[in-house]
Amino acid sequence: MEFQIIWFVLWAVLWAVYFMLDGFVLGTGMLYHYLTRNDREKQVLINAVGPVWNGNEVWLITAGGATFAAFPKTYALMFSYLYSALLLLLFSLIIRGVSLEFRGKINNDSWKKAWDAGILVGSALPALLLGVAFGNIFSGLPMDGTGYHGSLLSLLNPYGLLTGILFVLLFLVHGSLYVCVKTEDDLCTKSAATADKLWSAELLIAVTFLIATAFATKLYDNYMSTPLLLAVPLIAVAALLGIKIFLVKGKPLMAFASSCITIVMVVFTGVVGLFPNLIPSSIDPGHSLTIFNSSSSSYTLKIMTVVALVFVPIVVAYKIWVYRIFRSTVTVEDVMKNERAY
Amino acid sequence: MDTVVLSRFQFALTSMFHWIFVPLTLGLSILTAYMETQYVRTGNELYLKMTKFWGKLFLINFALGVVTGITMEFQFGMNWAEYSKYVGDIFGAPLAIEATMAFFLESVFIGLWIFGWNKISKKTHAVAIWLVALATNLSALWILLANGWMQKPVGYVLRNGRAEMVDFSALIFNHYGLFKFGHTLTSGYVVAAFFVMGISAYHLRRENQTEFFKRSFMIAAIFGLAASILVAVIGDFSAVEVARYQPAKFAAMESIWETQKGAGLNIFVITDSKHECNSVEGPCIPKLVSLLAFHNPNAEIKGLKAFPRDERPPVLPTLLGFRFMLLFGGIMLVLALMGVIYSMRGSLEKHPLFLTIMLFSIPMPYIAGQLGWIVSEVGRQPWIVYGVLKTSQAVSLSISTGQVYASILGFTLLYGGLGVIDIYLLTKFAKKGPEDDLSALLKPASKEA
Repeated sequence: MEFQIIWFVLWAVLWAVYFMLDGFVLGTGMLYHYLTRNDREKQVLINAVGPVWNGNEVWLITAGGATFAAFPKTYALMFSYLYSALLLLLFSLIIRGVSLEFRGKINNDSWKKAWDAGILVGSALPALLLGVAFGNIFSGLPMDGTGYHGSLLSLLNPYGLLTGILFVLLFLVHGSLYVCVKTEDDLCTKSAATADKLWSAELLIAVTFLIATAFATKLYDNYMSTPLLLAVPLIAVAALLGIKIFLVKGKPLMAFASSCITIVMVVFTGVVGLFPNLIPSSIDPGHSLTIFNSSSSSYTLKIMTVVALVFVPIVVAYKIWVYRIFRSTVTVEDVMKNERAY
Repeated sequence: MDTVVLSRFQFALTSMFHWIFVPLTLGLSILTAYMETQYVRTGNELYLKMTKFWGKLFLINFALGVVTGITMEFQFGMNWAEYSKYVGDIFGAPLAIEATMAFFLESVFIGLWIFGWNKISKKTHAVAIWLVALATNLSALWILLANGWMQKPVGYVLRNGRAEMVDFSALIFNHYGLFKFGHTLTSGYVVAAFFVMGISAYHLRRENQTEFFKRSFMIAAIFGLAASILVAVIGDFSAVEVARYQPAKFAAMESIWETQKGAGLNIFVITDSKHECNSVEGPCIPKLVSLLAFHNPNAEIKGLKAFPRDERPPVLPTLLGFRFMLLFGGIMLVLALMGVIYSMRGSLEKHPLFLTIMLFSIPMPYIAGQLGWIVSEVGRQPWIVYGVLKTSQAVSLSISTGQVYASILGFTLLYGGLGVIDIYLLTKFAKKGPEDDLSALLKPASKEA
């Protein structure tokens, strides 16, 4: 198999895992005000994501780094074409990070309120922006031999916005399920109810997205030529339905697992349709960035494949180990006992 | 101003801001890990207190190091797309490896360390902070190998309209990069040592928690002295690499205009780029530059005039950056030595003036580090990759000056705010001193959950 294809798969996996993992942190951040009644409950939510959020965000850094190493031309053009959007993403991620870490440092209401706002903005904006970015990647960017003909505003086209809303809803449901799994009593009940309410909206937008994709993108071409691939969106839909089924049965952990699969499969649905493009051109197919015309040399890809084969399993192993250490729920009593964390 | 100048300004702004936090992380992670190890080994709660106190300051600083680091990865593509396209085949690899090998390790185990006090054994907890220290140091290795390649490109060929990697081991074993790594890493250790010594000195002057801060001071002084010596020794190796592979930068560092054998070192120099000479120079120590550069007193040093005007770096910042870096390095070596002597004699509190000097010396290694980067990066100009690609050819073609003005404004506001908050938090917790009540920590983990 060609190394470009291996790296296309890895590229997709890195993004999918990033959305699956940071998705629940972003979702928790967006729901953080709505779900909590007091400072202690807020601290519970922060402690629920605290041990893992940083490690989850690194999947984004790695996805970016892998794009740079494996597809430098795509990295260069994507980041420079989407300059302003990425700048906003960067600023909001910075704000999210410091808000999570600094909020608890000083026990003062206005201090905490300021960081609470940072958590909300720093969670909602990345969710929306990443969705808008991927919507535009799916439908293609207006680029040709002379460069890029879009702007920050042109990214906010209906399909881009629809994908943005889809991501926000995916992460909202994902986050509320995570909160339910990680907490007890009122917090868990409330977040389960929230997930249930939001699920209907998620379903509606997901269906709209799948339909709109037929008109706004060429993603379905690959599915027409290889119908077997339809398994990917079908699993996504099945997993989405699974969320509701497990919620009704009162099994939040299984619902959360279904939500993980939903997010991964939604990303894969788009990426399978993209192949072999990384970013199609919406105005001149000859200037689409593909895994073949934007990749590194096979020597570099070989080196990077060895690095990935050695280190990704190690990373996954210690991440699972750490998740297991923090598998128990976080309660208000825990927070009162140990105020020191963050 | 064009996008090249603006993008350079923005890169300088964001990387220098990032470099406020990274050096302290590099050194303080090791010091904190050492303190915790001592606690695990001896069971002495003083070391636990030290771990908590210095660890808290470490975490405040670490948070900003992480978030400002994301900017660096984004910027190569955002502002330097032509660069990324041209060298991505070889430059992207160390960045991706850094993320896979170091960032995951660091971020996962810092989470375990912060939240794991009651969840894992004492030993495992100490291992977690050692892994964080290892990861931050590994991260420095990969990014400095990447920078080393920009300084002295190796293991590549120009093919398909770009630089393509043909020898990965040349990249890893690039002496330029490895020496730079050693020099930069140990300079980070000096930052951490002076940070700990300075804050300890503040409390010792106030006779606050004397035992705690004398012990902290001693650990930092020994670490700082060793690091100050290493920084100088490895810095000398680095300078030899510069002299050999970047003669224009080296000539600018010493403001040498004429090519000469057995070049002497002028203690005092006023450089005049317009007339291509030094308007004032002296007193001169004969042959010293040749000796330092090539370890041979009669070696030939290329002067700036040997290079076309448009291939010379700006002389003044390179020269001043180098001189003041050396000056501060020398002062810090002496201060660290005095710190070790006074600590060993147990007479720190008898030298209040020294303690005051140590408090106000906290910024010195920070400034020296920034000056070092100025020498390294300004001195490389006009090249972004030495001898291969000029900075003016590296900027993104699709960005407008308006976009970069806006992003510079955004960074200035955001980073300005974060800088103020960082200093506020560090000062607050540094002044407060260690907490006496450690009972919450020592309680067994609750099992009911």
